[in-house]
Amino acid sequence: MADFLLYALLAGLALAVVAGPLGSFVVWRRMAYFGDTLSHAALLGVALGFLLDISPAIAVTVGCLLLAILLVTLQQRQPLASDTLLGILAPSTLSLGLVVLSFMREVRIDLMGYLFGDLLAISPTDLAWILGGSAGVLVFICALWRPLLAITVHEELATVEGLPVATLRMTLMLLIAVVIAVAMKIVGVLLITSLLIIPAAAAQRHARSPEQMAFGASVIGILAVCGGLALSWYKDTPAGPSIVVCAAGLFLLSFLLPKR
Amino acid sequence: MSDALIRLKDVNVTRAGQSVLENIQLNVTSGEIVTLIGPNGAGKTTLVRAVLGLLRPDSGDVWRKPKLRVGYMPQKLQVDPTLPLSVLRFLRLVPGVNRNTALAALGEVGAGKVIDSPLQGISGGEMQRVLLARALLRKPELLVLDEPVQGVDVAGQAELYALITQLRNRYQCGVLMVSHDLHLVMSTTDQVVCLNRHVCCSGHPEQVGNDPAFVELFGRNAPSLAIYHHHHDHAHDLHGAVCQPAAPAHDQPHTHNHDHGDSCKHG
Repeated sequence: MADFLLYALLAGLALAVVAGPLGSFVVWRRMAYFGDTLSHAALLGVALGFLLDISPAIAVTVGCLLLAILLVTLQQRQPLASDTLLGILAPSTLSLGLVVLSFMREVRIDLMGYLFGDLLAISPTDLAWILGGSAGVLVFICALWRPLLAITVHEELATVEGLPVATLRMTLMLLIAVVIAVAMKIVGVLLITSLLIIPAAAAQRHARSPEQMAFGASVIGILAVCGGLALSWYKDTPAGPSIVVCAAGLFLLSFLLPKR
Repeated sequence: MSDALIRLKDVNVTRAGQSVLENIQLNVTSGEIVTLIGPNGAGKTTLVRAVLGLLRPDSGDVWRKPKLRVGYMPQKLQVDPTLPLSVLRFLRLVPGVNRNTALAALGEVGAGKVIDSPLQGISGGEMQRVLLARALLRKPELLVLDEPVQGVDVAGQAELYALITQLRNRYQCGVLMVSHDLHLVMSTTDQVVCLNRHVCCSGHPEQVGNDPAFVELFGRNAPSLAIYHHHHDHAHDLHGAVCQPAAPAHDQPHTHNHDHGDSCKHG
């Protein structure tokens, strides 16, 4: 197998595994729009990375983390509804990223690669970043699984029972930020949330426990990555969108299977 | 008092410039059932949230016994329909709970049969019992119940209140609950606190509760009629403000019809 294909496969699988449980939380807590906003802002991170001459991977990760913190703070401090706030921030950060990039005429970047992913072009360094990031997030998710589930079910009950709800909520958002930063290279800023949400939504109909749904979402994500890469390899389609198309196909398929 | 669980002193809460709670004094000791009653918007839930530490009062003291274990039953629990959660899994969100302890707690509240049902598929009455079971699993010293009988039919309500009393007797925990219907709780409660932004009055429900037939007769048929004795130390004008402070407290318990309107007029 060609090296680049192996790298692509490993990166995609790592992301699919961690996107399962994390995506389930995004679905349960209705945070899809939050993920979208973070991913749009990732492009701003890329632009700032070029501007300050730091590695885009670091710039995007730090940018996503900062924006997540900013969002949480803004949500608590002002009266606008969350979706309004996110609806302002998502396009603004994306546009700001594009504008900043256009000022740097000496920098020639493949914009399409950032918007829709460039899975087949990842380097060993990218791969190490993706594997490390995914593994780290997975460890956190497993360690905090029960408290995170408890605050998802009822935040006040969790508070009374002594859980540090605000910290847990912030941790979940930061984990999502890391995954988005990691996933940008794979499916691009415009498609990242789909990889979080679609497998989780597909697994939901057939799961009888939160763990089953998270695990099922990982499996469906893995299938989508394999299918998308195969499609891309044999039919020369763009890899990121092919993965998303496969995930969407699996989601539709989940309706055909009898509900348990 | 050595067995005090919570003590609220001069608690004031303001929301958006409106006073929600004024000078609240409230004590709950172990083994005691305290019931908060009052019209909509009287601040019952706000007071409960202050007791639980979910909101910080603008002034006044909220004292909780150090390391107090609280079992809280929220007014309602809505779990996102996409979250596949069985009753057992829900109860196991409390650390250290296994199937046996969960089944024991559910059995205690008479809901053992729903243990494997999805949380979103059980009835309102079953949900209240499941929430109570979850509160019990924490081995609480204080049970806080926000409208524990909400969405339960009248026969079920009486049953639930009887159950709460039973649990209090067995565990000797303090109980603070919010209720709309004094007629059902009067035979089971030790102290009634009538709230309308401030504590209008508080006291023991009269011992007519000794005669279950009385509860049956008046309770079931006249929801707005409740009889208990308590001490008045003030009167109200039309807006519910205190207009006659510090009149001498009655020495003799007296019976009176208690009809709560929007502005809590009585005297």
